[in-house]
Amino acid sequence: MENQFPMKQWIDEEGNVVSEEFQKNVTEDLVKQIYRQLVRIRSFDRKCISLQRQGRIGTYAPFEGQEGAQVGSAYALKDNDWMYPTYRDHGATMTFGHSLKNILAYWNGRNEACVPPEGRHIFPPAVPIATQLPHAAGTAFAEKRKGTENAVICYFGDGATSEGDFHEGMNMASVLQAPVVYFNQNNSFAISVPISKQMRSKTIAQKALSYDMPSVRVDGNDVFAVYFETQKALDRARKGEGPSLIEAVTWRYGAHTTADDPTKYRDQKESDTRREKGDPILRVELYMKKHGLYDEAWIEKMKEEVSSEIDQAIEEMEAMPKANPEDLFDYVFEKPTWTIEEQKKAYFASLERGGM
Amino acid sequence: MSTAVKTNTLTLVQAVTDGMRTMLREHDDVLVLGEDVGVNGGVFRATDGLQSEFGETRVMDTPLSEAGFTGAAIGMAVNGLRPVVEIQFLGFVYPAYEQIMTHASRIRARTMGHYSVPMVIRAPYGAGVRAPEIHSDSIEALFTHMPGIKVVCPSSPYDAKGLLVASIEDPDPVIFLEPMKSYRSSREEVPEDKYTVKIGKGKRVMEGDDVSIFAWGAMVPVAEKAAKEMTEQGVTCDVIDLRTLYPLDKDLIAESVQKTGRTVILHEAHRTGGVGSEIQSIINDTSFLYQKAPVEYVTGFDTPVPFFAYEDHYLPTSNRVVQAIQKVINF
Repeated sequence: MENQFPMKQWIDEEGNVVSEEFQKNVTEDLVKQIYRQLVRIRSFDRKCISLQRQGRIGTYAPFEGQEGAQVGSAYALKDNDWMYPTYRDHGATMTFGHSLKNILAYWNGRNEACVPPEGRHIFPPAVPIATQLPHAAGTAFAEKRKGTENAVICYFGDGATSEGDFHEGMNMASVLQAPVVYFNQNNSFAISVPISKQMRSKTIAQKALSYDMPSVRVDGNDVFAVYFETQKALDRARKGEGPSLIEAVTWRYGAHTTADDPTKYRDQKESDTRREKGDPILRVELYMKKHGLYDEAWIEKMKEEVSSEIDQAIEEMEAMPKANPEDLFDYVFEKPTWTIEEQKKAYFASLERGGM
Repeated sequence: MSTAVKTNTLTLVQAVTDGMRTMLREHDDVLVLGEDVGVNGGVFRATDGLQSEFGETRVMDTPLSEAGFTGAAIGMAVNGLRPVVEIQFLGFVYPAYEQIMTHASRIRARTMGHYSVPMVIRAPYGAGVRAPEIHSDSIEALFTHMPGIKVVCPSSPYDAKGLLVASIEDPDPVIFLEPMKSYRSSREEVPEDKYTVKIGKGKRVMEGDDVSIFAWGAMVPVAEKAAKEMTEQGVTCDVIDLRTLYPLDKDLIAESVQKTGRTVILHEAHRTGGVGSEIQSIINDTSFLYQKAPVEYVTGFDTPVPFFAYEDHYLPTSNRVVQAIQKVINF
């Protein structure tokens, strides 16, 4: 199966271009924009871990190591497309235009966090595993029915492929020929369970065969390969050629969440080795150096911009007024039922009497 | 010009079909989907003729995949469609339970109203038709406990159409429970045009002063039969068909109990944690001092809904209801 689904690369770990395909699409602007996104989301991710350690946000799910997969895939989207992320895909949602303040607010337990920016279709992160795959099929079907060329991208991990909803969602999309791209980030671990215990299948890409769906296995740490392959799949979707599956092979350097200790289940030296060889950002830097695009002055300025953007988002998040308990009651139904109205009234009365 | 409303004499299941047809005609965004709902017209014929009238893209046979098509319907609803999903039997809904609980019920709350799920999940429920195992479950309480979901259960053809139209028009997800035992047991005049029956409102089906009986779905005729027997003994019953199980019609419950002071709660679902307990809670909240006797229950047992050889023992009967009425009268 590995032969049937060879790992696609555009640049190798040394930053050498290994494919002639798409050569003409790679402009200096594209490289710099993508590099900027990679740096931006990694800086954000590291900042979040430190905010969690300081008690300024709650439990946080880091994605460091997976930036190539997230930026490459999200960068391929058009403005009117839909994104169905999981809780580890805020690198992708940031790339697609979600607000940093709202992402921070999500990890600080705030409801406002799930509201996407005006005009952007970003669904709240899927917390149950694989349940978003059927949604994506339905949303994509609705686009098809409206006669648009909009497509849907749906993220999930390697562990999700063991859930029933993965198969039900893939099958629904296949039967409906829905314009959806199922984007798998295979980071080899579902919390502590390695992929060898998750499946006997040699690849995740091969699972698409059951649904007669085109699929590809791509080096998820090669942002360009991810970008080009996602574009291809999205183009097929837009042209009415149905759903696709992309397996982006990657690695999470750190813990599942800040509440997890990866040294309990794996040798973290593996992460150190991977940081030195094959890192998604390092790889783009090597490419830039080889092609005379590594402009230190530009990079320094860009990093300053990114850093101040993040600082500003933290400031905005921390300046948010306290969570309003009315929000708890007011959005369950379009019009609250009498039970909710009564409970709200009673609760506010108890607050006034000094309760809580 | 005649002002008479044009009606048809329909069974409950035909009224359900008529409700879907009415809404499919009215809104292009209304879709019907589920297993065997297309050419076959559904295993109970609830979607009979709809595919030939509206086509395969609006009345869609889906894979045998409750989580898959319920989840896909959520994704459709979020993106502007109004899907009406048929679960073949309520006992088959369990694979979709996660989709309903973790997504359909809370997408509006999670996104502060940015996304919503205007979908209806229809399912025939209940025992009494000698069906195979798992085909007779009555698990309305699993849904009334779910924040963000309304639960509707008509007992008559007129209410079935009116409530189904209201459910399809509702901006939030509705579980629409159809008493399969009542699907063809009676006929009623049902207006041909569109009308709605308000969600959240019960109906007094028999007027009386001595005992309140609360029931819904297939238990309503059982309550009526018992009440008629009691009339002969000089006891009159206020029989209330609740019609909506979440949100319950608190005012009607209170009004009835404040009049009678005696209550019998009747449901075929399991007793513990059933909707009946919630009715009693409303009675305590609103009418504590009006009560002249403890509330009596006639319900299914805390056992699995049994194989059909035992279902006559499991299902509440009018005899058991009569005994309960006598108990609250003689307290």
